[in-house]
Amino acid sequence: MSQDTVKRDRPWLMRTYSGHSSAQASNELYRTNLSRGQTGLSVAFDLPTQTGYDSDHPLARGEVGKVGVPINHIGDMETLFDQIPLDQMNTSMTINATAPWLLALYVAVAERQGVDPSTLQGTTQNDVLKEYLSRGTYIYPPVPSVRLTTDLIAYTVKNIPKWNPTNVCSYHLQEAGATPTQELAYALCTAIAILDAVQASGQVPKERFHDVVGRISFFVNAGIRFVEETCKLRAFGRMWDELTKQRYGVDNPKQRRFRYGVQVNSLGLTESQPENNVQRIVLEMLAVTLSKSSRARAIQLPAWNEALGLPRPWDQQWALRMQQVLALETDLLEYGDLFEGSHVVETKVQELIAGAREEMARVESQGGMVACIETGYVKSELVQSHTRRMRNIESGELQIIGVNCFQETAESPLTAGDESGIMKVDKKAEEEQIASLQSFRLSRDVDKVEQALELLRAAASDGGNIMPPSIECARAGVTTGEWSEILREVFGEYRAPTGIDIAPLSQSASEALVLVRERVRKTGKELGRPLRLLIGKPGLDGHSNGAEQIAVKARDAGFEIVYEGIRLTPSQIARAAQEEGVHLIGLSILSGSHMELIDDIFMELKKIGATDIPVVIGGIIPEEDSKQLLQNGLKAVFTPKDMDMNSIMAAMVTIIREAHSLEPST
Amino acid sequence: MQQSAYKTTADLAAAVGRGDRSALAAALNLLDDQRPSARSIAGDLLAQLQLMEDFSHSHLIGITGPPGAGKSTLCAALIAVWRKRGLRIGILAVDPSSPISGGALLGDRLRMQTSCEDDGVFVRSLSSRGQFGGLSAEVWPMSVVMLAAFDIVLIETVGVGQREADIARLCDTTCYVAQPGSGDSVQFLKAGILEVPHVLVVNKEDMGDVARRTSAELKAALNREHPDGHWEVPVLATSATKNVGIEALADVIHQHYDTLTKQQQLVSRRRRYQAYWIHKRLQEEFGSFGIEQLGGEQLLLAQLAENDVNLLQHYESLRARLLER
Repeated sequence: MSQDTVKRDRPWLMRTYSGHSSAQASNELYRTNLSRGQTGLSVAFDLPTQTGYDSDHPLARGEVGKVGVPINHIGDMETLFDQIPLDQMNTSMTINATAPWLLALYVAVAERQGVDPSTLQGTTQNDVLKEYLSRGTYIYPPVPSVRLTTDLIAYTVKNIPKWNPTNVCSYHLQEAGATPTQELAYALCTAIAILDAVQASGQVPKERFHDVVGRISFFVNAGIRFVEETCKLRAFGRMWDELTKQRYGVDNPKQRRFRYGVQVNSLGLTESQPENNVQRIVLEMLAVTLSKSSRARAIQLPAWNEALGLPRPWDQQWALRMQQVLALETDLLEYGDLFEGSHVVETKVQELIAGAREEMARVESQGGMVACIETGYVKSELVQSHTRRMRNIESGELQIIGVNCFQETAESPLTAGDESGIMKVDKKAEEEQIASLQSFRLSRDVDKVEQALELLRAAASDGGNIMPPSIECARAGVTTGEWSEILREVFGEYRAPTGIDIAPLSQSASEALVLVRERVRKTGKELGRPLRLLIGKPGLDGHSNGAEQIAVKARDAGFEIVYEGIRLTPSQIARAAQEEGVHLIGLSILSGSHMELIDDIFMELKKIGATDIPVVIGGIIPEEDSKQLLQNGLKAVFTPKDMDMNSIMAAMVTIIREAHSLEPST
Repeated sequence: MQQSAYKTTADLAAAVGRGDRSALAAALNLLDDQRPSARSIAGDLLAQLQLMEDFSHSHLIGITGPPGAGKSTLCAALIAVWRKRGLRIGILAVDPSSPISGGALLGDRLRMQTSCEDDGVFVRSLSSRGQFGGLSAEVWPMSVVMLAAFDIVLIETVGVGQREADIARLCDTTCYVAQPGSGDSVQFLKAGILEVPHVLVVNKEDMGDVARRTSAELKAALNREHPDGHWEVPVLATSATKNVGIEALADVIHQHYDTLTKQQQLVSRRRRYQAYWIHKRLQEEFGSFGIEQLGGEQLLLAQLAENDVNLLQHYESLRARLLER
């Protein structure tokens, strides 16, 4: 065999989205992952860092170190990259509202390591627009947010030329319910909004604008319909090429290339029979690798057990090995594009392009992406698509193995054992982080901090580029909370439209829904007024799909719904429940901070004398926690296993009946 | 009924009068409760409250306008101004409900961005529950309970058709928020479809020329003297998002209240409106025939106007009379 003479393509960058507990723990994890053959880093920040709060802020309680690493100041960032030379690293940072700040810290750490910042390579996600539609880690209103995005782009194009300043995300659009056509349309509209804003800012000379276009990259989702997903990526490539040429006059084909990284679909991973997620992940990876002309630049795979809780190092290693087997063992990288000339693929690509163009025209006619986010148009479209998907799963039209069919299973050895197959974050991590932050604050030169913050405020108010004063702040020892707070004062804070005010999708309700509706109506009658439900999303987690779907479903079932969007404090939720006179509080928590948040909500309800309102929760709640919560007085725990929303509705009616001492069934 | 903490309705009324939030919530739940036992207690509660005082120190304000005019953000901005002036505010936000399921999404809290820890703000949402397109029957008694507890009570609703007319016949001051660039408001006013509000607002003045044109058209279309008399209807430009013109709007709204008080119209008008409200509810429920059974509109309104403390009880007894037939 002449295997060694065959010319193989270079494999893509292999990353694992990771970070937890503390900068030190994450640093150890990164170094282990790199030693196992990972070729780039993908940093997950915790929610307080993503939403601009220090670890000791009241809103950060229970969230520190949960979904990622807490970074409060340059000291944390230095620890995070200890013994990892930044000039040899390609680092992707999933950071949006506070992206300029985290990049500033990265630059300041490079300086301390003696690395020339202009040589840095990596990516800041820096796509706030999708945060208003999915994920929810925005802080400021859309217009100043786009300005921050723009500043970061203009700065890096000039000063850190190999940096990917913005990763336009279609990933989260799919998670929020987008069909492939919507994913194409809204991602490209976002890119247009950003590029137009950079152009309008006048920060980049006309003759260098093609460099800006050339640095825009994308972050894409790959779902289980992997043939269609392959076609979607081919469509992306073609539409981007055309758009950059026609709208921005970019001549160099290299600068028109659709460069993208991938995380394959996490949301479609199931809690029931979680081992099936392994084949889902592998198939989804094929969507972004099979076709050479539209192959991903970087791939990160979720771990098989993400729907259960936090993955352990071994779970992450397994995900990395999947990539390595495909790239290094198989012959995939020896061939040209496998789909060139396929009529079937071409037809599908054309169909997607046509659909996406139509939707893009609709957005354009309503004033572009920013306007369509402010009015809630795009959000409503996504909620509608997602609702349709959920109904198809409910009706069995869409089959999910182990969830709505083939539910029978032998006991899995993978989830047996003391730790039930997930990682536990050290409870002391939050305390330690807070202690170290507080001693850091005492150690710095206060005058220098004040001066740097004044520079930042000046730039924010008068329109100067935000990066230089941010880097100055990083050097001076400013904290994440302080940086964000100055901008909050200048720009204000924002709450995005929830998008749940969509019309009921079909006139004909399913039999199950009709039954529930009747129970809701009857119970309301017995209690004297329509059943009223408050849906709350406490904490900093902004993944609101679940809350939105429950809200829409409950409305269709005849409940009166009070839903006020993401990021509410326990006190806000308790008070709203009382003011609105609801019969039940339903909470949605996915960040892992459920124990603390539920405790707090019970405390707040007690404080205002409203403990008679029953509380239920939906989210990623490990079995063991679930037991504890039920003992503490929670009435029900719904997890991703509970796919049938009519049953959830029925369960809620039963809980309300019990709370009012009505007989359980009607 | 979730009012176990209060032994008697008098206790509950007193707690509401003190502005106790949990009592207020219980009282609102009670007024919402359609069970006969609850309705009789509710009548008693309202009578107790109205015996305490006439609430003429509190101001009942209605804000209506077409969807998308920015009412909720405007309310949020007004609330901020009033809070700065040390006033306490109760809000009734009315949203439409689905005729099919009866369900409703009550989303206004979000847009109003009420401050979380502020004891001076209390929001209750209400679905209009599909009653003849108008405000639901509970709005009036609920507004009375809120008047007992707050300096300002604000009723916010999408103002089209019957709902807008209901608001105008319930509140001391009505404020109509027009959508810049849409000629509808002007046409409605000209055609007399819209009850003339006391204050006209063109929000989103940051839209520039479009907003200015709408302001001009509204000014031209409006006979500046309000049909109530002694009040020139002002047309104000505001931008809730940019916080422009909000203080001025709060001032004008307060001026209207002052005018009503000076002319000693406030209390008498409220009484008239309450009589009107009850008449309207009875008519909706029992039709003209029902009203005839009670002796006809004239007699009914006269009787209701005489009775100024236990109107809800009066209403319940009239209902009972009709239901018995």
